[in-house]
Amino acid sequence: MCLAIPARVIELEDEDIAVVAIEGVKKKISTALLEEVAVGDYVLIHVGYALHKLSPEEAARTLELMAEAGVLHEELAELREGAA
Amino acid sequence: MKYIDEFRDPGLARKLAESIAAEAAPDRHYYLMEFCGGHTHAIFRYGVQDLMPENVSFVHGPGCPVCVLPVRRLDDAVELAERHGVILCTYGDMMRVPGTKQRSLIRAKADGADVRMVYSTVDALKVARENPEREVVFFAIGFETTTPPTAVAILQAEAEGLTNFSVFCNHVLTPAAIGHVLGSPDPRDLEKVRIDGFLGPSHVSAVIGSKPYEAGAELYRKPVVIAGFEPLDVMQSVLMLIRQINEGRYEVENQYTRVVTREGNRKAQALVDKVMERRDAFEWRGLGTVPDSALKIRDCYAAFDAEKRFEVSEKASREVKSCECPAILRGAKKPTDCKLFGTVCTPENPMGSCMVSSEGACAAYWSYGRFREPDKSKEAAA
Amino acid sequence: MNRMNDTFRTGAVDMSHGGGGRAMAELIRDLFHRHLANPVLDQGHDAALFEVPAGRLVMSTDGHVISPLFFPGGDIGSLAVHGTLNDVAMAGARPLYMTAGFILEEGFPLADLERIVISMAKAAEDAGVPIVTGDTKVVERGKGDGVFITTTGLGVVPEGVRIAVDKARSGQAILLSGSVGDHGVAILSKRENLEFETEIRSDSAALHTLVAAMVDAVPGISVLRDPTRGGLASTLNEIARSARVGMELEEADIPVKPDVAAACELLGLDPLYVANEGKLICLCEAADAERLLAVMRSHPRGEEAALIGRVVEDENGMVRMRTGFGGQRVVDWLAGEQLPRIC
Repeated sequence: MCLAIPARVIELEDEDIAVVAIEGVKKKISTALLEEVAVGDYVLIHVGYALHKLSPEEAARTLELMAEAGVLHEELAELREGAA
Repeated sequence: MKYIDEFRDPGLARKLAESIAAEAAPDRHYYLMEFCGGHTHAIFRYGVQDLMPENVSFVHGPGCPVCVLPVRRLDDAVELAERHGVILCTYGDMMRVPGTKQRSLIRAKADGADVRMVYSTVDALKVARENPEREVVFFAIGFETTTPPTAVAILQAEAEGLTNFSVFCNHVLTPAAIGHVLGSPDPRDLEKVRIDGFLGPSHVSAVIGSKPYEAGAELYRKPVVIAGFEPLDVMQSVLMLIRQINEGRYEVENQYTRVVTREGNRKAQALVDKVMERRDAFEWRGLGTVPDSALKIRDCYAAFDAEKRFEVSEKASREVKSCECPAILRGAKKPTDCKLFGTVCTPENPMGSCMVSSEGACAAYWSYGRFREPDKSKEAAA
Repeated sequence: MNRMNDTFRTGAVDMSHGGGGRAMAELIRDLFHRHLANPVLDQGHDAALFEVPAGRLVMSTDGHVISPLFFPGGDIGSLAVHGTLNDVAMAGARPLYMTAGFILEEGFPLADLERIVISMAKAAEDAGVPIVTGDTKVVERGKGDGVFITTTGLGVVPEGVRIAVDKARSGQAILLSGSVGDHGVAILSKRENLEFETEIRSDSAALHTLVAAMVDAVPGISVLRDPTRGGLASTLNEIARSARVGMELEEADIPVKPDVAAACELLGLDPLYVANEGKLICLCEAADAERLLAVMRSHPRGEEAALIGRVVEDENGMVRMRTGFGGQRVVDWLAGEQLPRIC
């Protein structure tokens, strides 16, 4: 449910309208649901509305956690092999 | 695509798969319900199941607003278009869903009803502005993600003084549905539905925050992980759920931190609250009547409420006999358990909403997964 | 600039243009014949008279009802010409002649009609295949969508070449001439209630010279198809079902332009099911794949050609794919048109 994708705000127009872009595809969307939005922000788009801003810091942190998940197990596996 | 492709990386997928395999205890099975149809779609489209160990299974939940819309409401929408001659604006998802006697919006359109597919309520407002002499009704469906745009549309219509625009409101609430699935098991299902943990909806949570799930997790003692939409998010969330289950915890954890906060989008919540209020009860296809689970338009906005502007007849709305959508939506049965699946009920000729909605369990299973059970797919291909 | 030109620029189609009288004759002469001129058409007969080389003949016909009529990268006219040339080419044939029938709606602007005919003339000229005969009818306002065009193509198959779906066999390679989804996205971007801005242009193009080069290099090609309506997935399913073979694809090897992928994400569409108008699928013996790819890549219409999968044994005719993510999925045959979704 709720197909929503992240897009970058490239232009702000009046009356709660912004232009967002993903890989060069531009669409006008409504920013009526956000408190404030600036050019350069990444927002989540659903049915023509921006629902929430996306946090680049959290995105990076999530990817790090994912990468670490594997590392820990690789290290443990190496330890076990070393002990054997 | 930024913030999309990184979360589909196959290298990270393998790492997460290894971690999941290492941490899933070999002496038990983990049944994880993904509530949200979008997650069902992602699991099948990317083949996430193939990266799971044998003892981790997904149970597909009822979080597909198209699937749970009662037949009666769809019949009402068709009637609005046919009998009242309104311009009925609808999201693409609803076009092919079969109502009573297989009557769908796309069939009504073929017979001459003015049904128009729109991407956004913004487009529906545009139709109203451009057709001042016609009544325009927007067929509103969806969980909390899709509700704020409807609220904004009503406020916008009011601000512009539009007198020909109204909304047929079928918005439903997620926490109520999750609670219902967990809390009051259907006596028929008692031994069949086993859910050890929940993958919580991504974008509903962006709006409502992670807080609303806390009471349910506590009450039913089941862990909930708010999971992002991409396949890596699903996998990381599975890992987090397995850890909670192994450690006997039942907390609400947030994996989708790049978008979801505990409070959610307060502005959106306030706008919805301004325009809509809770219905006492609402019938969900498959779940029956669920209290406190849907929204209606407040009296002060009655001018924009299609239910108040137009009369719809009392109907004997009927499901197709033998259609197992209700049980499938509860997670009690699999699509292959349904007698109609692949024989009478196919994507060409859907009997129920689970087959028509692109993320209904039956449609997802048919499109992506039926080759996993060769016997059934032989029947299906015949 | 003669007076007739000015009339065309500002007038509209009316019932007299289909009436068989002077208005119709003038329209045919000053709009159709003027732009489409070629020796056969200039004979001025109702029927075209021409020589054909010896060999097996191929004929194909197509109706074009597309909306919008004009889109980035083409229009209904060029689309019609390319579409018919490609249909003929998919049989391995060299296209020789084409026809074009027009059903015009009363009120359709003549300036738009002229733009379409000029576009067809250019497409035909670039392809080296003349439009040798045609027809014009007019229907009342409300009974047509501006203009409907039907084109028929005639071609000849070289000696020793047989391209047919029953030649599909397990072990063969599946080749794709370039990126998928371009045309459908270009059209959708102009559809009402969906508008978005993009540089994506339709890939509408004539593929017959690409096919000629391919058939020349590997006369033993087994199947050629162009994945138009329903996209790559539907066409592969048609072939698989018809030939009772299975297919295994590699998602990572299927070219999709980044902006096409983005537009599809936005609308909830799968690029595998989005229409193409300038691409082809080729099934050939595995041993010939590399050579064919080299030939394709050195042709302007095949620069991004790729090996996307293999034909396998499967009575049920299922098309499966290893996803870029590492899992498996079925690439199914859609019931109807893929609609944008919000869920």
